[in-house]
Amino acid sequence: MTITLQRILEPDGRLVGEAPKLSESELRALFTHMLRVRVLDERMLKLQRAGRIGFVGTAKGLEAAIIGSAYALEKRDWLWSGLREGGAAVMRGLPLAEYLAQMYCNANDTAKGRQMCNHFQHKGSNYPSWSSVIGTQISHGVGAAYAAKVRGSGEVHAIYFGDGATSSNGFHSGLNFAGVWQAPCYFVCIDNGWAISVCNREQTAAESFADKGAAYGVPGVEVDGNDVLACYRECKRALDRARSGGGPTLIVLKTYRMLGHSSSDDPSKYRDQAEVDAWAARDPMDRFERYLLGRGLLKAGDRAMLEQELTTEIDAEIHRQEAAPPMALKTLVEDVYADVPRHLRLQYNKFIAVAERLGHAQKGDGAFPL
Amino acid sequence: MATLTLVQAVNDALKTAMRDDPSVVVLGEDVGPKGGVFLATEGLTKEFGKARCFDTPLSEDGIIGTGIGMALNGLKPVCEIQFQDFIFPAFDQIVSEAAKFRYRSGGQYTCPMVIRTPYGGGIRGGLYHSQSGEAYFCHTPGLKVVIPSTPHDAKGLLLASIDDPDPVIFLEPKALYRQVKGEVPEGKYTVPLSTLRTVREGKSVTVFCYGAMVPVCLKAAEQAAEKGIECLVVDLRTLLPLDEEGVLEAAKQTGRVVVVHEAPRFCGFGGEISALIAENAIEWMEAPIARVTGFDTPFPNTLEHHYMPDARRVLDAIEHVHGY
Repeated sequence: MTITLQRILEPDGRLVGEAPKLSESELRALFTHMLRVRVLDERMLKLQRAGRIGFVGTAKGLEAAIIGSAYALEKRDWLWSGLREGGAAVMRGLPLAEYLAQMYCNANDTAKGRQMCNHFQHKGSNYPSWSSVIGTQISHGVGAAYAAKVRGSGEVHAIYFGDGATSSNGFHSGLNFAGVWQAPCYFVCIDNGWAISVCNREQTAAESFADKGAAYGVPGVEVDGNDVLACYRECKRALDRARSGGGPTLIVLKTYRMLGHSSSDDPSKYRDQAEVDAWAARDPMDRFERYLLGRGLLKAGDRAMLEQELTTEIDAEIHRQEAAPPMALKTLVEDVYADVPRHLRLQYNKFIAVAERLGHAQKGDGAFPL
Repeated sequence: MATLTLVQAVNDALKTAMRDDPSVVVLGEDVGPKGGVFLATEGLTKEFGKARCFDTPLSEDGIIGTGIGMALNGLKPVCEIQFQDFIFPAFDQIVSEAAKFRYRSGGQYTCPMVIRTPYGGGIRGGLYHSQSGEAYFCHTPGLKVVIPSTPHDAKGLLLASIDDPDPVIFLEPKALYRQVKGEVPEGKYTVPLSTLRTVREGKSVTVFCYGAMVPVCLKAAEQAAEKGIECLVVDLRTLLPLDEEGVLEAAKQTGRVVVVHEAPRFCGFGGEISALIAENAIEWMEAPIARVTGFDTPFPNTLEHHYMPDARRVLDAIEHVHGY
């Protein structure tokens, strides 16, 4: 099969394809959202190195893929995420305070500190909780899209995952069910080249991950994932197609994970620096900046100034999260079920009696009634 | 009141729920026009249309994964897994996702869904149409595990499960699908989850059982009664969350306990009942707790009736703890 890579912006910022209809202020907003992803990434890594947070799933190099694709969505649409789409959640309404509380896994975290770092959720902008299990969210998104079709609620479900997830059960069952049901959803595979240490050539014998859609009757598109305009345009097409009842699309955004899989990973053990350097020359931020400079939508020095503004905003929020109150111990047994069942109340009450005796309990940690 | 078989009661419950609540949908393999391989979903597509009762591609992982997505977006899915033996491709979705959504999201995202599946032996189904996998699910916080043994309970427990805000694994004893008949009220009623049922009163020995083992234990209890041993037979009905107080009370009533299930013994549910009693009521015990279970082997075919506990083996255990 021959799949043509969709590209609008050359790495030098030249326009070579049909640009999507975006206003000047929208183009500038896109740039700011991308820059926020990069600044957040850098700040989170520093916090991790300083021992303040435990884990960061890095996004450097993926800013165009994450932001350009998600910019296509309307507020009512859902984004089913993988590890690295937190920046898209912030763009779509996840408050920075909640983002950071989740990175700190503290008492301000809407998930009550139950997930490890970098597992965001935001009900207000339809960004469901993600588990660390690869590919399981794919069939969730398809089922939710089926529900949208049955209920006539009108929203579209954008389902994100990485190149490694194309080998998971969820990918095959998800795409297959979506094709059969013609569910109002589309799939965004952010192919960043590496599933931890396994490169995409070892993930599949297919020429392109986009080829895999054909087996399920789902058209596949391959896009330059470092070209924010192409990412936006192709996702908008898939979104419109899904919304109008045209069925799902598989979009593969080809990009490159510039850093390790996470703060715990050393990529120098499994890949050549020359490959990383080659991709650095295709940096999505630099490319879009060149385009905007060329159009006079940015001036020299704007990026540095914006970066400073974003850093100040993030740092202020970091200070607030550092002062979060301790986690209530009762959360140990809450939210397993809608109500805390008797056996969990008993388990907790035994535990809290010991904690109280040793002086480890806090205000509000009292026993459950039986 | 109609007299129904257990599988007819399941069908009646599904119809009742779908009439009552337009968000209830039924999905699975062959559940559509065929009505399921056991006819549990017979007539649903005809009455409610194929948007609400529909066949899926042959992927258990897909059935449960998409079911979770439906539950997260306003539907109440009742997923059928054709045989419990085939549920394992979906184990990840059940254990990692459905069971944990509420907890990991701090209560923001929940999975109100039911996974119905026929389980257990006695139909000459061999290794892959006979297993009792309840213990796998009972080891997973966030799930509820329900097993009816009568038509009345099948309908009432299934309706309670569909109403429940959390994911329920609803295991149907396929050996009893057409073997037991009973009166079933028309329309909606529920049997509360996490409540056990006293099947037979008795002062000598307490027998705990569930699913297809209930009629077996009842038969053994009748034979014991002829020998002057009166058994208290308890149908647990919900294994998780278990009615622990009810179990302890029933154990204390006789001080002699037999636990029966067809699943393998090692790490089986009987071990949990035994431990619960040992930890909380050991001073009431007059005899060691006895377990009558399947062997710690895969499920056989030709010799299945020797693998599964029968009245003879249960009676032997009753006599043993009674005479201790």
